[in-house]
Amino acid sequence: MRESRGAPNYEMQMSSLSIKNLHVSIGDKEIIRGLTLEIPKGEVHAIMGPNGSGKSTLSKAIGGHPDYIVTGGEVLLDGDDILGLDPDARARKGLFLAFQYPMEIPGVSNANFLRAALNARQPEGEEIEATEFYAQMYAEMDKLEMARTFTARSVNEGFSGGEKKRNEILQMAMLKPAYAVLDETDSGLDIDALRIVSAGVNALRGPNLGILLITHYQRLLDYIVPDVVHVMVEGRIVRSGGKELALELEERGYDFIKDDITEPSLA
Amino acid sequence: MNPAILESEEVLTTNAASILSAGPVSPEQAEAWEKFTALPMPVRTDEAWRFANVKDLDLGGYVPAQPVDDATRDELLTRSMGLASIAGRMVFANDQLLVQETLGDSLRQKGVIWLPLDQAAAENPELFRKHFMREEAILGGQKFAALHASQVRAGTFLYVPRGVEIDLPIEAFHWEHGANGSVFPHTLIIAEDMAKVTLIDYYESAVPDAPALACAVNDLWLGAGASVTYVCVQNWSRKAHSFQLNSTVVGRDAHSKSLFAQLGGRHVRSESISHLRGQGGRSDMLAVTVAEGAQEVDARTFQIHEVPNTQSDLLYKNSLDDTARTIFAGLIRVDPGAHRTDAYQKVRNLLLSDEAEANSAPGLEIEADDVRCTHGATSGQIEQEELFYLLSRGIPKKDAQRLIVFGFLNEVIERLGNEPVQEKLRELVRARFSE
Repeated sequence: MRESRGAPNYEMQMSSLSIKNLHVSIGDKEIIRGLTLEIPKGEVHAIMGPNGSGKSTLSKAIGGHPDYIVTGGEVLLDGDDILGLDPDARARKGLFLAFQYPMEIPGVSNANFLRAALNARQPEGEEIEATEFYAQMYAEMDKLEMARTFTARSVNEGFSGGEKKRNEILQMAMLKPAYAVLDETDSGLDIDALRIVSAGVNALRGPNLGILLITHYQRLLDYIVPDVVHVMVEGRIVRSGGKELALELEERGYDFIKDDITEPSLA
Repeated sequence: MNPAILESEEVLTTNAASILSAGPVSPEQAEAWEKFTALPMPVRTDEAWRFANVKDLDLGGYVPAQPVDDATRDELLTRSMGLASIAGRMVFANDQLLVQETLGDSLRQKGVIWLPLDQAAAENPELFRKHFMREEAILGGQKFAALHASQVRAGTFLYVPRGVEIDLPIEAFHWEHGANGSVFPHTLIIAEDMAKVTLIDYYESAVPDAPALACAVNDLWLGAGASVTYVCVQNWSRKAHSFQLNSTVVGRDAHSKSLFAQLGGRHVRSESISHLRGQGGRSDMLAVTVAEGAQEVDARTFQIHEVPNTQSDLLYKNSLDDTARTIFAGLIRVDPGAHRTDAYQKVRNLLLSDEAEANSAPGLEIEADDVRCTHGATSGQIEQEELFYLLSRGIPKKDAQRLIVFGFLNEVIERLGNEPVQEKLRELVRARFSE
């Protein structure tokens, strides 16, 4: 059961995904400019922001994409800096990235892909037991209303937008991360798919998972209700608040925030 | 009377000396031997050997492979791991038949003939003569076709009469064992009208890094409406010279599918020709290559549309690592009058190393109207975004790369449309990766 919280908890704690004064560049261009954010395990935080604010850059940088160069700051997973780790090691440490545009991997079946990911988490030389694996996978697929035929199909190949996003949540359910960053999971979804995907995420909510939802629209937050909402503009968090902040953004647009920060007293 | 195959005593004679210095004895084989010695070795300037490292073709030092001893025989039989469910199986080692698991009585009663080549030649001389090495090697391998014809002493002969469908695959294992040995596997499939069959050849070396010469021929002949699936897994020693000459004759409304998996060998030359000879005929020509180290895999193909309304679809995929080289030279030919031809040819190279080299030379010769011919060759590396996606799921880089390469090749394998055979091929490709 998830406890409902009053005010968000900003205290430093070990069980969190903590981003401190992060600077990220692509090429010569600095996109993330001193971003600080902490997602305690068990909470759902949403980052909203206009296009170009650096939301997707943040998720790729946390995941360790080689094109996104961290020039300063820290990303701590339960207290350990993960910025020195390769992307696969970050994932095995408990990080999960749901992609805005999940990649197609031709010729590799969904089942094989998931097995490889799970086997990578087994002790050296051990593999996940096949029967158990399929039972688990089918159970999670049922929750996401995915047909069994998806196991044999190539990863994301020929999947609709909604199917790809469901597949991301399936992977998340199977890999059981400690922290998940969901990048624009709502983009390209019709209302039915949004409902299914959100239900999938909500089912995974709990004290052992911290979630960072990245979204452009408030709509997603009707389905996955966040504990904390952050507003990101030009590579920084400019405002944080409760879920009502999302509503306010929806009503007034991002401009009112931008207006707020034109005279930045960042104190 | 055996028209073309060495009889057992003659084998002994031939075995007594190097294949490259002692001639064979049957008249046909003597003639072939003469042809072999008369034809020049390929040189760099031969168009049919363009890109190939012809200096590496020195065949001196190879000797006829000797019969294996009992212990080796038992070992090789144990290692002949094919599919769980098959219709029949033969195992050869050093061109000597070790085991023949015959087809069931019902198939034999229907007239199916599945015999070692020499026995088939002796028992069905007319049928044998009609089909044995009837299609000329016209892609540069004439000399090696002659070598094969002069030396062939083992292989499989499969005749499927009109209307007979064999549901389960038939398998043949060809083992090569010993240093500097040479083997000459042969496969001849004759599928009469409306017949249907799947045959898998496994070419294997007992020792993965002993020098060897393999010079194989496989010919498929499809009558009207026949359906043949032929798979050949070439997994010779990493120090082997492998020559392989394939021809497929596709009759009216017949459908041939062939898949060559090139996993072994040091210098591999494969020539594959489809003759679309009957209207409505279709040939799917598939190949997957895993080339590593200093391997060279040289594939030449020919899609010949001889009559109107035929289809051919070629898909060759190569994965190249280290300093490996691949060559693909493929020609689509549409004969005069072969209207409404639909021919497709695609080669894809996945380069895993900066030093690997993929050469592609597709070509078209069209002498008819209203044809659709498409060809293309692409070379590329693993997509960084695909790799990152797998890494982000916790899959270590090496495994992620293998998975992507596996998927790349698996797309060809899946075109076979036979799940147990596909699974076997996947298993062999995976085993190759984990070496």
